[in-house]
Amino acid sequence: MHERKEPDAVKEKASAARAKTSPLGEDIDLGQYLSSSTETPYFDDLALLPGEQREQMQQSGMALGEHVSRSGTIIQVDHSIIHSSVRQDGVEVMGINRALSMYSWLSRYLWRAVPVDSDKYTAHVELHQNNGYFIHALPNARVTWPVQACLYLAKSELAQNVHNIIIAEEGSELHVITGCTTAPGQESGLHLGISEIYIKPRAKLTFTMIHRWTQGVAVRPRTGIIVEDDGVFLDNYVIMGPAHSVQTNSVARCIGKGAITRFSSVVVAPRGSSMDVGSQVFLDAEGSRTEIISRVVSTGGHVTSRGYIAGNAPKVKGHMECNGLILSREGFIHAVPELKSILADVELSHEASVGKIAEEEIEYLMARGLSRDEAVAVIVRGFLHVDIEGLPSRLTAELQRAIETSGKDFM
Amino acid sequence: MLDINQLSVEAGGRSILHDVSLHLNSGDTCIIFGPNGSGKTTLLMAIMGFPRYHITQGNIVFHDREITQLSLDERARMGIGMSFQRPPVVRGIRMRDMINVSLGEHSFDGGEEGAVVAKLAEKANTTTLLDRDINYGFSGGEIKRSEMVQLLAQQPGLSLLDEPESGVDLVNVPLMGRLINELLEKHRHIRDRERVGIIISHTGRILDYVNARTGYVMLDGTIVCEGDPHEILETIKSRGYEECAKCMSEKSPTR
Repeated sequence: MHERKEPDAVKEKASAARAKTSPLGEDIDLGQYLSSSTETPYFDDLALLPGEQREQMQQSGMALGEHVSRSGTIIQVDHSIIHSSVRQDGVEVMGINRALSMYSWLSRYLWRAVPVDSDKYTAHVELHQNNGYFIHALPNARVTWPVQACLYLAKSELAQNVHNIIIAEEGSELHVITGCTTAPGQESGLHLGISEIYIKPRAKLTFTMIHRWTQGVAVRPRTGIIVEDDGVFLDNYVIMGPAHSVQTNSVARCIGKGAITRFSSVVVAPRGSSMDVGSQVFLDAEGSRTEIISRVVSTGGHVTSRGYIAGNAPKVKGHMECNGLILSREGFIHAVPELKSILADVELSHEASVGKIAEEEIEYLMARGLSRDEAVAVIVRGFLHVDIEGLPSRLTAELQRAIETSGKDFM
Repeated sequence: MLDINQLSVEAGGRSILHDVSLHLNSGDTCIIFGPNGSGKTTLLMAIMGFPRYHITQGNIVFHDREITQLSLDERARMGIGMSFQRPPVVRGIRMRDMINVSLGEHSFDGGEEGAVVAKLAEKANTTTLLDRDINYGFSGGEIKRSEMVQLLAQQPGLSLLDEPESGVDLVNVPLMGRLINELLEKHRHIRDRERVGIIISHTGRILDYVNARTGYVMLDGTIVCEGDPHEILETIKSRGYEECAKCMSEKSPTR
């Protein structure tokens, strides 16, 4: 493993990139957001959280009851960690700043999976970081219940710049659910989230991210994943409801033999939303595999759905499904599936489709007695039902519930 | 129970059916023969109420109610059901979901829904298809059996069966026959049967397993002959549809 670069060198790189625009997504003027927030008090007991916050958090997948089925919880509101707790051995959950002060080795993991000078947003997080979370599954730990992390934007016009690190040590198994959300009716705000995820040999991580934003919020997550020998990374991304501007393109590198990654995303874009979401997978080691599945529904919003698989080693396999449904005249979906290989001994494939629901499918269900509206609802629900191989059944059920809760306005 | 009166139907700007009349009483099963492209499927689609089939003349009366103006789903809820020849793949909708949709309000002896679905699927040898996306990668025979399971769940008073034996391998034709017989209540005494079936066939193979009271021959969008189904089938087998065409032109020299 590389030694951590000198902090000054990192800062210098960040400074040099502070005006570097991202090639994707609308350019966000970082100067228009507030950079400081008042400290939010710590809550030992989550039952005492303000009702509105609880509600929002629950709708983004958080379980906050007394006997919740979670092995750990961490919640950040604006710039403050307001809660962190662990209920199971073998896993550590805490704010990243605290973790960095506890473990000197941890700094080596900063900016390894996501380059600090990727664009002005990564640079901005380095230069103006406001905490983030650290989740650590110890070697061979089987963390049965998911760990949940919530990033909550409460103050209007605030920029939340978080840096998260997840490490699944050798042979461990971990499930993480992250909910990113805002106070209801938030008129403006910026969420910059760096997530660096490390899957050690034979470790398995399922990472489920649920985004629920409001009309005025801009979001620029930057996620990097490194998967070692026989490691498994399963990513589920759900974004529903309005958001002014979201652009994210996770980058996973399978650097170990037999490494597996799977990305499943469900994107629903209402009117007034602009979303550019995607996943890139580099199959750099022999026998590594990936699958990228995206289901996009536009109810008037603009969506670009990207997928990119690069085969850089022999016997790698990659498949992509990029399907979009347009349910409104104003909708716009641009599917960009890309495959690239430098070798012959690879299997890469994709299927993509964009359009409205085929009339034939609606009529098929109507011939069984459903009204047109019921038929459309059943088809859309089915379309958004992504069967995720390898996800424990209760997590699948929870994810499906989250999708249906988030989508109740249009389904 | 079903009265089709002088029906003319147009689809895609083309006139396809003209002056078709058909009358079926409770418990009747009829079979319509005809070469490809003669308008058999169009007739079923028009009875079912598919919007792209425009009725330009005549009417359809079902259970003493004129249904010509009713929508597809209204007709389905009144008790008209159809097995499709080439049903669409619907990704994300499993065969199990389609059976549940078809069950609608029906419950079988108050049985638990999952068990009812499993039993229906088993009957048609489709248990392994239950959790697959409907029609996705199904073989010809699997599609037919899946369609039959959906109809058995839907229990329509009028079943429209489009080529139920085509694409079905030899071993499975008897099974299709059993499913159709159950759907059309063939186990009940003739006078107790209520359900009505219209079966389309161009080979007539299904007649070895399912009895039909009447046979019809359709040519160029109209019904040209009516009679004992076996007798009609024999004629077609030995002398082809050309014989029907010849017979028709001899009988109605104006056409």
